[in-house]
Amino acid sequence: MLRFDLLIFGDAGWGDELLISSFMTILVSLSSMGLGIFIAIFATWAKVSGNIFTRMVANFYTTVIRGIPELLVIYLIFFGGSASIMYVAKIFGYHGYIELNAFTMGTISIGLISAAYSTEVFRGAYSIVSKGQAEASHSLGLSKFHTFYKVLAPQILKHALPGLGNVWQITLKDTALVSVTGLVEIMRQSRIASNVSHSPLTFCLSAALLYLILTTFSSKVFNKLEDYSNRNNVTT
Amino acid sequence: MNFELIYNNFFIILSGLDETLELVIISLSLGFIIAIPFALARASSIKILSQSVYYYVFVIRGTPLLVQIYLIYYGLGTIQFVRESFLWFFLKDPFFCGVLALVINTVAYTAEIFRGGIQSVSKGQIESCKSLGMSRFIMYLKIILPCAFRQALPGYGNEMILMVKSTSLISLITIMEMTGLARNIMYKNYAPVEAFLAAGSIYLFLNFLVVQFIKFLEWKYNPHLRIKA
Repeated sequence: MLRFDLLIFGDAGWGDELLISSFMTILVSLSSMGLGIFIAIFATWAKVSGNIFTRMVANFYTTVIRGIPELLVIYLIFFGGSASIMYVAKIFGYHGYIELNAFTMGTISIGLISAAYSTEVFRGAYSIVSKGQAEASHSLGLSKFHTFYKVLAPQILKHALPGLGNVWQITLKDTALVSVTGLVEIMRQSRIASNVSHSPLTFCLSAALLYLILTTFSSKVFNKLEDYSNRNNVTT
Repeated sequence: MNFELIYNNFFIILSGLDETLELVIISLSLGFIIAIPFALARASSIKILSQSVYYYVFVIRGTPLLVQIYLIYYGLGTIQFVRESFLWFFLKDPFFCGVLALVINTVAYTAEIFRGGIQSVSKGQIESCKSLGMSRFIMYLKIILPCAFRQALPGYGNEMILMVKSTSLISLITIMEMTGLARNIMYKNYAPVEAFLAAGSIYLFLNFLVVQFIKFLEWKYNPHLRIKA
């Protein structure tokens, strides 16, 4: 049954715990999205650089990640993350025990998933920006770095923004799956609360509401960003 | 890397394929049928119909599927009214709850995809239907829906792939499909990579089949887009 008295702040209710867990969700989403974009920049580079080997590796990565359930990727990192990091550390001569905390594991797994989607977005945006732009700046004598930094990157980012908004929504919702690793974000907190208070309906609904608030708010932010990036567009 | 373990795991996980396929096929086909009236309602000019579908889609797309699954499986059962009614007979079964959550989820996404298709049908087509004296029903059945479906095929293909991936979440409400079996292996043998490779390859193959199926449908129903040899 619905029990609103369980949602008050303080010791008697779960309101403050849910609020803190919402910040955890935002934090994991932001760091995963950041990691995802960081990886995606390199993966996009690998895809468009013209080297057939790097392109195959990047294509394999995006195909596999987008074709495999997110939960499996999270389990792989959760059960195999520490072991593989210790394996790498052993090569470098460190024999101690390394344990990744739930936040790091969540960020790595969701970041890897988010990167695959961001890569496709960036690749699409790159193909829109015409080749003539790069050729023109080359003929003006701009260095390769400046061509990318001053001419191509701003245009790519502009075209990628709507797609990145979608990836952000996916990433935000995927963080709910990180609850299986024990990280106390919205989903985990509401499961704990419903187990303690025996009122799952209340807390499942509050979790849904919190996610809804986050997704609605972030789509508003992205709309504003898109307006800003299109401020110089000529409208007829 | 232990190849014998991958080989053994492969057959253990393969035994969960029928659960996964059942979930995929039941929820996709039910979702497809239910999504058509929803899409028509969303595209209709009757405000209350289109608004209510809009809010339904808004809520479902704004919340994670996991929340929806937990809400149905753990949440609905605690309502006294539901427990005493005939609904409890269905809702106490985790498989039914899983299918219900997947259908509710996919209907929202599919309705939105089909709406795009319906609205892409050009006005000229509708006007010529009217000038030929077609009834509304025949117009929708013979002209608008087929055209809309053709237009919506690529988007619907993505939704099918998402559904194949989404069934893995049903493992969190005790259904032992492929992801659930893979998790068991990871717990027991502590061989995460081997279990991941075995399960992941089956999912990839399933999605490969889905992509081929959609390509075939596009080839069949969009003959004007075929590349001439």
